[in-house]
Amino acid sequence: MAHTETHDPNTPLEYRSEIGRLNILGFWIFLGAEIALFATLFATYMVLTHRIADGPALGELFEVKSLLIQTFLLLTSSFTCGLAVHEMRRQNVKGLITWMAITLGLGLGFLYFEIQEFLHFIHEGANIGTSAAWSGFFVLVGTHGAHVTFGIFWVTMVLIQVAKRGLTPATSAKVFITSLYWHFLDVVWIFIFTAVYLMGMVMHHG
Amino acid sequence: MKWDEFFVTGDPLIYGADVSIVLTMVGILFYLTKFKKWKWLWDEWLTTVDHKKLGIMYIVSAVLMMFRGGVDALLMRAQLAVPEANFLDSQHYNEIFTTHGTIMIIFMAMPFLIGLINVVVPLQIGARDVAYPYLNAVSFWTFFIGAMLFNISFVIGGSPSAGWTSYMPLASNELSPGPGQNYYLLGLQIAGIGTLLTGINFLVTILKMRAPGMTLFRMPMFTWSSLVTMVIIIFAFPILTVALVLMTFDRLFGSHFFTLQGEGMDMLWANLFWLWGHPEVYIVILPAFGMFSEIISTFSKKTLFGYKAMIWSMLLIAGYSFLVWVHHFFTMGSGAVVNSVFSITTMAIGIPTGVKIFNWLFTMYRGRIEFTTPMLWSLGFIVNFVVGGVTGVMLAMAAADYQYHNTYFLVSHFHYVLIAGTVFACFAGLIFWYPKMFGYKLNERIGKWVFWIFTIGFNVCFMPQYFLGLDGMPRRVYTYSEESGWGPLNMVSTIGGFMMGIAFVILVYNIYYSFRFAKRETTGDAWNGRTLEWSTPSPMPPFYNFAKIPEVTGLDHFWKQKQAGKVEKLKAEDIKKIHMPSNSGVPFIMASFFFVAGFGMVFDWMWMGIAGMIGVFGTLIYRSFEYDDGYYVSVEEVIETEKISK
Amino acid sequence: MANKTAVNEHHGFPWKHLIGFVLSIVLTLFALWVALGTDLSLTWILIIIFGFAFLQAALQLLMFMHVTENSTKSNLTSRVQIGNILFAAFVAIVIVIGSVWVMTAGHAKHDKHDEPKTENQENHGEHESH
Repeated sequence: MAHTETHDPNTPLEYRSEIGRLNILGFWIFLGAEIALFATLFATYMVLTHRIADGPALGELFEVKSLLIQTFLLLTSSFTCGLAVHEMRRQNVKGLITWMAITLGLGLGFLYFEIQEFLHFIHEGANIGTSAAWSGFFVLVGTHGAHVTFGIFWVTMVLIQVAKRGLTPATSAKVFITSLYWHFLDVVWIFIFTAVYLMGMVMHHG
Repeated sequence: MKWDEFFVTGDPLIYGADVSIVLTMVGILFYLTKFKKWKWLWDEWLTTVDHKKLGIMYIVSAVLMMFRGGVDALLMRAQLAVPEANFLDSQHYNEIFTTHGTIMIIFMAMPFLIGLINVVVPLQIGARDVAYPYLNAVSFWTFFIGAMLFNISFVIGGSPSAGWTSYMPLASNELSPGPGQNYYLLGLQIAGIGTLLTGINFLVTILKMRAPGMTLFRMPMFTWSSLVTMVIIIFAFPILTVALVLMTFDRLFGSHFFTLQGEGMDMLWANLFWLWGHPEVYIVILPAFGMFSEIISTFSKKTLFGYKAMIWSMLLIAGYSFLVWVHHFFTMGSGAVVNSVFSITTMAIGIPTGVKIFNWLFTMYRGRIEFTTPMLWSLGFIVNFVVGGVTGVMLAMAAADYQYHNTYFLVSHFHYVLIAGTVFACFAGLIFWYPKMFGYKLNERIGKWVFWIFTIGFNVCFMPQYFLGLDGMPRRVYTYSEESGWGPLNMVSTIGGFMMGIAFVILVYNIYYSFRFAKRETTGDAWNGRTLEWSTPSPMPPFYNFAKIPEVTGLDHFWKQKQAGKVEKLKAEDIKKIHMPSNSGVPFIMASFFFVAGFGMVFDWMWMGIAGMIGVFGTLIYRSFEYDDGYYVSVEEVIETEKISK
Repeated sequence: MANKTAVNEHHGFPWKHLIGFVLSIVLTLFALWVALGTDLSLTWILIIIFGFAFLQAALQLLMFMHVTENSTKSNLTSRVQIGNILFAAFVAIVIVIGSVWVMTAGHAKHDKHDEPKTENQENHGEHESH
């Protein structure tokens, strides 16, 4: 753990400390575990998707408009999060914080519409105890939503640290790791979009 | 909830346990206070981030859990010794086989192996610590708290009783009411967090913290087996996490994943459980293979035969282990095609394992074999494990499995692989690395008695069970009739079980005996070892492991240096200041909050569960804002330490 | 390809990000159109929309997450990162396809509640309740 290493001045800040490099690699591996975690939830959902008991069918309640709003909010937030890291690598703290704040706003918007949608489903008589299919839906999509919620708190904490300490190898590694997390949530959403919503609607209408 | 529902009442065995728990607690508190050890306990153990100390704590916990699980086993064998016995009633028997299985796999085998990995792997790769020392402490404490939460179930609230596999609908609210099953769900969940973090930690440690010159294909086999194990942990444990969450939701929040209502699918639980469960089998066997490889190579005085074949076969197993899970429920009724496919993959995974057996045999071939106790355990492993492996291939044939399944044939099979594989390895590894940890060997003469009594007892216990199984005796029955004719073999089996118990007691006595009388090591190289951990001083290398990081030039580097008479002497001018991580009490506190959260959830007291989780997040936030970059050990201190330990 | 050390190439306009973003929007809308606006068979729809999903995932990994980037001169990290994601994908596919296959082949045939998809939601009310 020598801290006296020499660096190519072009090396991004987050890779300049040993701890930063280790943490970033470790987080990548953690994302592998997250993939296995979500895969298990997807598998459960896919196995149970037709088992609707007395409740409504899944595709019956899905709405394209709400789906598209949520999807675009999250896709855009992934883009702005990428821009934030771009600014960070230009040593632009203000740009970093601005783009990250926009990312957080978009994330909050996503959560708002997701919660609205959940409330709508519950109003229509579909909750976690309605049927196996709806249990699968709420826990899969809900786990993603809980990840987004956790991410919002986490990014906020890291931004406070950046504001207090400026960009150092330690803070920039944290920002980079949260950005990986955020992009990953977007990847998961793409699969929810496809496997839950599109498939649900195709099965229902088609 | 009334107090007599909260505490388990009515059984003299439980009252006995209550008394002994209280006495032990009082004894520990008295000792710590009388000898003013509280500060020592906190500074040296509860807040440590040193991989060697964490490893020792893992091993101590695992030995305690082996005692608990072993007592469970003996109670079962006592009940089954004669037909129509009344020693245990059916509910109590169900609880005991459930806790026996769960504890032995999750809280004994895994922590024992992870403990040895903790102590040995960083030393083998020439590292000063693991990649994330703080996270390592979090891993240990969440494992420990999960184990404790699970263990208090038998005095508070009642134990789970649906088997370690907890199949639905047996584990549902309707058929397993009360907190017992919740203990299983929450205890495993909390311990599982620790295991996953260990997986990430050691994978990165092995990949990134190796000493210069230690390329991947120069790593000792135990390190390699740990690396592959960590990969399996990382991808298998999230599956268990999800399965446990889903069942928790079914039990506490009214969802319908595995229930009979709402079109839930009970067999989906079995599917998810074994998607994790089969890789788990390899998690507890691969490190064992690694240890046997080290031990056999050391005591045959030869480099491991087929080093690369061994590695490739382990990598193959890592992938394959995710492709065989259905063989645990061939009789579910998935149809001929599904069963055939998984029958074939199961037989195929036997091939890389067979390759290893030949590697060990050829390593010994023409070696100068020294019959030390670790070597005896390794030889015992080869013989007995093959018996377990061969019966495993019998079980792999789906059609034949319809006859074997759910009988004592299966029980015997998995004890032959898990005891002869994992438990023998734990004993062998403990004895082999004991001088590294404590500075003296365990007594060899007593150790050989332990080996022979245990191994003979093991065969006397489990060999009859194959025949009981073929004779149709089902597993998990608390008694059987006189007319079944199963009485005599069961009595034999019970005698064998108690022989294993006696061997365990002698092993513990040996720890005491050797502590008092064994000759202390001075060289650090107790067994004329081959790998880097033997180049460090004993007992326990200084907290920074290596005053100077070694430069590795090949496989069995230390051995080759010794052969060439070129073991480097440490010179004062080579020493530079050393960076080390600071101790932290946060992991212990975080795990305590996990205990509060878990306990609340077990009893469905949501206020307590939420309060505990707020505490957990509080510690996470605290840690995020803490910028502790560790500290430097000065050159003077290193020189002083090295002189003391030389 | 996986052998570049990370450098501060980020001085100019973030073209990579913009392209990634536009592509992700286009792929999303196109998947929606394929699913709801065409008369393709169910199998084709599934193949196309899941193909797009994996494409988008790759896009995020390469354009936004810098998965091929190395933190030091050796290319160990990028290899580990890529290998890790590929193995995760293997495990994920085994979990999802394996579970669906195992839980529906044979077993489900004995299960009276799991009717074939052709007689779908119109008569779901007639499912017997339990």
